Amino acid sequence: MPKLPAPPVPAALKAPPPRPGDGNGKATPLDHAAEAGISVVDWVDERTSLSGAARWMMFRKVPKGTNWFYTLGSATMFAFLSQAVTGVFLAMFYKPDPSGGAYESIRHVTNEVFLGQFVRGMHKWGSSVMVILVFLHMGRTFFFGAYKYPRELNWLIGVVLLILTMVMSFTGYLLPFDQRAYWATIVGVNINGTGPLLGPYLSDFLRGGPEFGAVTLSRFYAIHMMLVPGLIAALIGAHLYLVAKLGTTAPPWLKAEKNPELRKAKA
Amino acid sequence: MSDKHRKHASRYTSDRKIPGAFEGETVTRRRFMTGTTHAAGAIAAASFALPALGFAIGPIFKETPHKWETAGPTDMFPDNNYIPVVITLTPGIGEAGKTTVYVRKRNPSIDLEKPDSLNQYIAITSRCAHLGCPVRWVDAAERFICPCHGGVYDLLGRRVGGPPVRPLDRFYTRVVDGFVQIGARYSVNSELQRFSPRDPGEPIDGIGQYLYPSRPSIRR
Ligand code: HEM
Ligand code: FES
Repeated sequence: MPKLPAPPVPAALKAPPPRPGDGNGKATPLDHAAEAGISVVDWVDERTSLSGAARWMMFRKVPKGTNWFYTLGSATMFAFLSQAVTGVFLAMFYKPDPSGGAYESIRHVTNEVFLGQFVRGMHKWGSSVMVILVFLHMGRTFFFGAYKYPRELNWLIGVVLLILTMVMSFTGYLLPFDQRAYWATIVGVNINGTGPLLGPYLSDFLRGGPEFGAVTLSRFYAIHMMLVPGLIAALIGAHLYLVAKLGTTAPPWLKAEKNPELRKAKA
Repeated sequence: MSDKHRKHASRYTSDRKIPGAFEGETVTRRRFMTGTTHAAGAIAAASFALPALGFAIGPIFKETPHKWETAGPTDMFPDNNYIPVVITLTPGIGEAGKTTVYVRKRNPSIDLEKPDSLNQYIAITSRCAHLGCPVRWVDAAERFICPCHGGVYDLLGRRVGGPPVRPLDRFYTRVVDGFVQIGARYSVNSELQRFSPRDPGEPIDGIGQYLYPSRPSIRR
């Protein structure tokens, strides 16, 4: 029920608000409307028990001294989410066609599509932002000693995430298919080839043959937009599960309280 | 739970008083069911994973066919200077499939390798042996020069400076009806002996030829 704004009556003349319990006990449609959100959440929770998991994830104890450096992991995750969202919309225009279509579709997005230049720019610059953030986050966990027992496994998952982020950068660089993309990829694939014994086979695998060929671009595209993002998303899930399970580390400059009495009082 | 590791008085289920045991039965039905379920799961997973994997790595083992391509009439190519010719390495992908090859007539006073029917004309690739950037023949300096990391090669394609690990690759050539034709690529070591084509960055002198083996996709 819409309400008119209250007239400017002096406080002494105003009718007092109803006391709690004065109502006739029946919920009005207005009450139902006000609680619609709660009922929906309750309905889902009754059938899934998800609220326990959400509380477990979000209402964790964090050590004293937690500071801004602890946000670098989440910042990396948001950079990844931004890449995922902008990437999906770029994929609606992109054609992995090496005989001119790829370059043309990117040119079309940049020059003609509404906000195309902006979204492509977000994806392009965001990729560098993500790589920088991954390294800062890794530096944080390294310098805070957060890789030590019992968090070694989370460090290892992090290393795989770092490698996958690099794979994203490498495969995405080819997609505009201009001169820079083409030659950078030739050089990058050949660097893979300089690994002894397996290197030559690895570069054949990347190109889908002995020369840069008709399938190289679509291979890179499939790896870039389906294979690796899926792996990254799954591994971020495992990474965050371990963060919630093990708790975060206190900064290294915090010393344990030596006095047993005080230690009890503080706990 | 699997009862594989449990110590039993007897292997026979009937001795162990398992209800409904058959005579001579040694595998419990629970273990049998567990085993078949795991096996069925493994077969189901393998039936899509193995074909997909084979499909993905197939190109490593498939040899790509090669065609001879005409470069130009024999009198187009002098024996002391290179003429650039554009050939198609990979058909069907437009500009991206083309490459420049530098061609000259064999000159017995400088080309000391044994003459045969496939090197009467010397065809040198423009792909740098360091990491694959396009080298350019600079006539005045009599050098191939790479724009990427400063690789420099002499008239025969041998490295004289910079990071490349071997001489520039060459192509087989032949003459048909007065026209020079360009065939498959091959690599050379620092003595200009022929090897199956390698990718840039892979040395083939000494132990290099074994560390960087020739690949089934391009072996000739
Ligand atoms: C896609 C890349 C990554 C994402 C999205 C990500 C995300 C996160 C988040 C949100 C946290 C919890 C908050 C924080 O401590 O910052 C975290 C913690 C952690 N990360 Fe990452 N991370 C990534 C890569 C890495 C890398 C490359 C490493 C190291 C090799 C790493 C190692 C760790 C460790 C050891 C922790 C536990 C920190 C602690 O317990 O105090 N992560 N990560
Ligand atoms: S690619 Fe030619 S010098 Fe590096």
